[in-house]
Amino acid sequence: MDLSPIWLTLKLAAITTSLLFIVGLPIAWWLSRGRSFLKTIVEAVITMPLVLPPSVLGFYLLLAFSPQHGLGKWLQDTFDTQFVFSFKGLVLASFIYSMPFMTGPIKSALQQLPVSLAQASYTLGKTPWQTFKSVLVPNIKPSLLTAIVLTLAHTLGEFGVVLMIGGNIPGVTRVASIAVYDSVERMDYAAANTYSLILFCITFVMVISVFVFNKYQAKSPLE
Amino acid sequence: MIDLSIEKKLKVYQGKQVLKISHQFVPGSITKVYGPSGAGKTTLLKIIAGLVSPEKGKIVVDNQTWLDTGSNINLPPQKRMPGFVFQDYALFPNMTVLAHLQYATTDTEWIKRLLFLGKLDTLTDHKPIYLSGGQQQRLAILRALAIKPKLVLMDEPFSALDPDMKTELIADLKLVFKELAATILIVSHNPQELEGLADGELYIP
Repeated sequence: MDLSPIWLTLKLAAITTSLLFIVGLPIAWWLSRGRSFLKTIVEAVITMPLVLPPSVLGFYLLLAFSPQHGLGKWLQDTFDTQFVFSFKGLVLASFIYSMPFMTGPIKSALQQLPVSLAQASYTLGKTPWQTFKSVLVPNIKPSLLTAIVLTLAHTLGEFGVVLMIGGNIPGVTRVASIAVYDSVERMDYAAANTYSLILFCITFVMVISVFVFNKYQAKSPLE
Repeated sequence: MIDLSIEKKLKVYQGKQVLKISHQFVPGSITKVYGPSGAGKTTLLKIIAGLVSPEKGKIVVDNQTWLDTGSNINLPPQKRMPGFVFQDYALFPNMTVLAHLQYATTDTEWIKRLLFLGKLDTLTDHKPIYLSGGQQQRLAILRALAIKPKLVLMDEPFSALDPDMKTELIADLKLVFKELAATILIVSHNPQELEGLADGELYIP
């Protein structure tokens, strides 16, 4: 039994979620502060993967990063790097595809905090960054956990977009969801079942953890 | 001296109303700000604090211009640093009583004194959710005073206190205000509430 698709999936989910947490948190903060036309456009672009068929997104990423032309050719020529049919490509596709799962819950939580919390911090002489770090983030912990778990779970289950840009290369781009499909294609139902069961158990434990943690945290009046 | 002259459009149900105020506040004075609901009392305090910007106006505090819309001067709240007591207290749910004050100042002696003044010295490790309404309100007042402000803006600061606690706290606050030589603006719905404390008043129609 080849368990490399499971490890590859976990590695992809961990890297994608870490990157999205670092990038998504400030983006969610920026989006939560007031409204502007630019923010509307950015939010629409971030939200697109929620409604777009994964294969469509994957197709455009495949075209954009194809080493034969455009951006992909430039990356190949300048940095000698290729995103198509590589693990880097999977990370890039997952990053784009899972972005709304990270920014959405965090943005909503920040918007639900009373404006006066940040204002009180400002009148104490604290900068927006100090306020963000010491007042805002600690008071949205349940939403942060929800965002992290949603992103992880979503990355674990990606199929279409990953298949389009990464293909099905064993040990490189064959993640668990593709391994399930591949096993079924080969009529190897036992292997498909093993991969599916492992994915099912991992995601179930993750979702249960969120419910347990958030129930405990719900003692706060703000949640 | 605080010279204030501001004009701000207020959004109200079915139409617009203009908050237009010109006033001078004597240094060290305690001014009661009162008027009907929705007149703009809270907005006035937030404009002075730099949390809300008016369409037109000028605020000069001790010869320093905080706001001048004509010259595009608008100091942020971090540079004005008024002691602000919010109507909804705006306490930080993640911080204990002590952490609130430590977030505002590093002066441990001052923190001890404030905790004693607000009768919260036995509740230092409690988070706001475990405090009563009156205790929360006192913590909001203490946090505002923790930065030793020269200007204190208080929005309905005594509404959740029982009469005895209110009388005692007001007497103590008077001494602290005098020690800080701070100018105080207190918004109140109850004109009788500040009798004996305020030495001036500003009515917002």
